[in-house]
Amino acid sequence: MRNPFVVCPGERPHPVQAVVSYLVVCALIVGFFWVSLVQVGVALDFSFIGQYQVRILDGLLLTLQIAAGSLVVSLVIGLPVAVGQGSRVLPVRYLCDVYVKLMRGTPLLAQIYLFFYIVGTAWGVENRLVAGIIILSIFSGAYIAEIVRGSLNSLDAGQLEAARAVGFTRQQALRYVVVPQLVSRTLPALTGQLASMVKDSSLLSVIAVIELTQTMQEISAATFNLFGTYLFLAGAYFCLTLPIMFVSRYFERRLDYAHAA
Amino acid sequence: MRMQLKGLTRSFGDAVVLDGIDFDDEVTTLAIIGPSGGGKSTLLRILGGLLAPSAGRVLLDGEPVPTEEAARAPWRASLGFVFQDGGLFHHLSAHENIALPLRAVHGMDAEAADARADELLERFGLAGEGGKRPAQLSGGQRQRVAIARAVAPRPRMLLLDEPTSALDPEYTTEVLDLLRDLKNEGTRFITVTHEMGFARHACDKVAFLTGGKLAEYGPSEQVFTAPATPELRRFLGKLLEWSV
Repeated sequence: MRNPFVVCPGERPHPVQAVVSYLVVCALIVGFFWVSLVQVGVALDFSFIGQYQVRILDGLLLTLQIAAGSLVVSLVIGLPVAVGQGSRVLPVRYLCDVYVKLMRGTPLLAQIYLFFYIVGTAWGVENRLVAGIIILSIFSGAYIAEIVRGSLNSLDAGQLEAARAVGFTRQQALRYVVVPQLVSRTLPALTGQLASMVKDSSLLSVIAVIELTQTMQEISAATFNLFGTYLFLAGAYFCLTLPIMFVSRYFERRLDYAHAA
Repeated sequence: MRMQLKGLTRSFGDAVVLDGIDFDDEVTTLAIIGPSGGGKSTLLRILGGLLAPSAGRVLLDGEPVPTEEAARAPWRASLGFVFQDGGLFHHLSAHENIALPLRAVHGMDAEAADARADELLERFGLAGEGGKRPAQLSGGQRQRVAIARAVAPRPRMLLLDEPTSALDPEYTTEVLDLLRDLKNEGTRFITVTHEMGFARHACDKVAFLTGGKLAEYGPSEQVFTAPATPELRRFLGKLLEWSV
């Protein structure tokens, strides 16, 4: 009889196999935490959900707004920085380079405090939501710049020559060849970055933006239900990021024109 | 088509790749042969307006290659290029690779462009493959699509840069057969090639380029049976060493 948990290399699992194996994995994970909870003697209580549902929903919506807003702003930052890193004007190139290294090399938590309390105060950015979106975008823009720079570098010189050879003007080459190839290379990673932004927005709770994490912290403080609220919080973020990860995988398969059918 | 080269020179940094080439003749089918690094591909790119010469002039039918990069786009559009690896756009289907330049560059409406692409795919034995992307085609099929794209706008001349160098032997034959058929229908081309049999039997004239100089030029039969320069004799001798 076939082993239900094994597939040959390159073989797609049968749906039944997949379901069975997923159930086993879920059982293992849930079981592990269940045993852990029993050992420390914690009984989970989710009754706060009904009581605070309006606030939870508001927090969830704000988290989504922050992530969406930051995606847009960080694209506005990341795209020119990616191009700027290849600039012939040295100060521009180095500025972009230093920016990317600083943002990727320092903790987001430190950036939030420093930007909000020093830069934000100095330049009169009072609105915590606006400040939060800007800070998260500056942080995330560096990652987007790296993603886009990678795709730019992977553009094949032969493709550009072919574009000129068929008689395309510069604009046409950009429109018909460069942009479509860039988009297909960038979109999967960009979607993945959106998932990171959803999670990273949780750190904005430290400057009292009442997004999902801050909401749950307040509920936790009011109900003394630390474990229930944080387990729910983790689950809520997972529900937000899981579909994004699926979309990212979909783009990856769909746009992989070198292999896809 | 009359091709004139006057003191054509091209250098990359200190390396002089083309060193004052003069040429003036009617070209129908021309093979450019010679050792690697002899300047063959550079010459083809300059003829096609993909690369600017360092000095000298290039004229096709009395018309000089425009010096401005922007003005060279229409020049390139009037010629058909085929590169060693085909140069097909990775993200487009075979059909769209042919039809898109017809619409975007040559101003055809979508219907006419589609019909022309289908007609060429059919004629080149690629009916039913039009929906595939380059990565899903064999090397020979890719190269036939590339030739179809090059001939689709009815260019005044095809420029082929080692069109079979990246191919397995059986695909090489299928591409060379296609080029011979095109020639018999009156298509003019200049090809850089290492296929001496093709240069000899399918091209009217042969130019031998070595060390950046045009060392020998003439009717192909004559160039191959009675090479005048020691360089060409040595070059052909090397190629014959392992032939059957």
